[in-house]
Amino acid sequence: MRVDGIQNGIVIDHIKAGRGMEIYDLLELKDKDCSVALMINVVSSKMGRKDIIKIDSDIPVDYDVIGYVDPGATINTIKDGKLIGKTNLKLPKKLVNVIKCKNPRCITSTEQELDQIFRLTDEENKIYRCIYCETAAKSKQK
Amino acid sequence: MRSLINILDLSVEEIDELIKIACDIIDHPDKYSEKCRGKKLATLFFEPSTRTRLSFEAAMMELGGNVLGFSEAQSSSAAKGESVGDTARTVSCYADIIAMRHPKEGAPYVAASRATVPVINAGDGGHNHPTQTLADLLTIYREKGSFNDLTVGFCGDLKFGRTVHSLIEALSRYKGIKVVLISPEELKLPSYVKKDVLKANGIPYEQTTDFDSAIPSLDILYMTRVQKERFFNEEDYLRLKDSYILEPSRLEHAKKDLVIMHPLPRVNEISTEIDKDPRAHYFDQVANGKYMREALILKFLGIM
Repeated sequence: MRVDGIQNGIVIDHIKAGRGMEIYDLLELKDKDCSVALMINVVSSKMGRKDIIKIDSDIPVDYDVIGYVDPGATINTIKDGKLIGKTNLKLPKKLVNVIKCKNPRCITSTEQELDQIFRLTDEENKIYRCIYCETAAKSKQK
Repeated sequence: MRSLINILDLSVEEIDELIKIACDIIDHPDKYSEKCRGKKLATLFFEPSTRTRLSFEAAMMELGGNVLGFSEAQSSSAAKGESVGDTARTVSCYADIIAMRHPKEGAPYVAASRATVPVINAGDGGHNHPTQTLADLLTIYREKGSFNDLTVGFCGDLKFGRTVHSLIEALSRYKGIKVVLISPEELKLPSYVKKDVLKANGIPYEQTTDFDSAIPSLDILYMTRVQKERFFNEEDYLRLKDSYILEPSRLEHAKKDLVIMHPLPRVNEISTEIDKDPRAHYFDQVANGKYMREALILKFLGIM
């Protein structure tokens, strides 16, 4: 299967197979007015299988979302059809409005205009805690 | 603007300083009786509380300051749908410092981020209650002279007891602390507290369901209530409720200088006969809470 290269935008590569859809959803790519390719289970010499997302537009993309779902992913920035930059991701220290606190006793459950903010408190075990009630939300990436 | 949301917001040195101020207030109350003249404390209590609200108010009065506020959400603008942040911002225009209790976890954090005066968390749901921990710490300090080399037993509901979690966190910063966790299986200390606090700080601990065999080694016994609503079925509650009641016979092999504590209110987990025992210090905790709140108000208002 072949998907054309992009002119201006980013390629999110080396996504652990199975995580691409989650990144696609969290970045709300279905609502964007641009060409997006989501490739699942692509054969990879390094990873066996991987997912790839190509976004053919320089729309703002929240790299923290991608780092949260898969810190092993890489981002290639493309301009005029040429690779101009490569970004390696890591687990973001803070997540703003990426995940929601599931604690029904948290203040965010009643005051919904508050930003949903999580802080990385245990990098080794990839544990994020709500800054309000400190309830843990585990990162999907193991 | 300095606020107190979690006991760990205060460094060990700051806690030492607050204890020093509180002890001086106890010894020389007259010296402090006008320190907060012209200052106002707002007590914003979105849920009922007897001890904590009255303690804050008494503390401010003893410092010569004034108090305003409300004692339930229904008598505040929250009943009209006002956000915690807006309430805090508004009250900042009327008061110099805020003490807030709220049923939702994290509400004082939100208040502190919007207020222009210091906010003290007076309890947010089952989350934090730092001024209770300050009361506990002053009680231990006054009875033991330091926080080092103590074997501290926690008994009862260790799963949901926020005062237990906070005191363990606070004590984990001192040397030579050993912890004995006494509870029914259903109410054991959550594994994240064991991992993030006890193991992370290298604090030796022992878990047991056997109250009697744990008592002789303890320097401090911190009792909590086993609440019926914490059990899935009444049968388990009835089976366990009397296992963790402190009665005089249980103290037969306890140390002579054991310090018995309880955050109160108690129901039946400490027999009233224990009240006469010189080792009972739970009512001292109540008094100490007021002195630590005085010290905190003085520090956060920049008076001390």
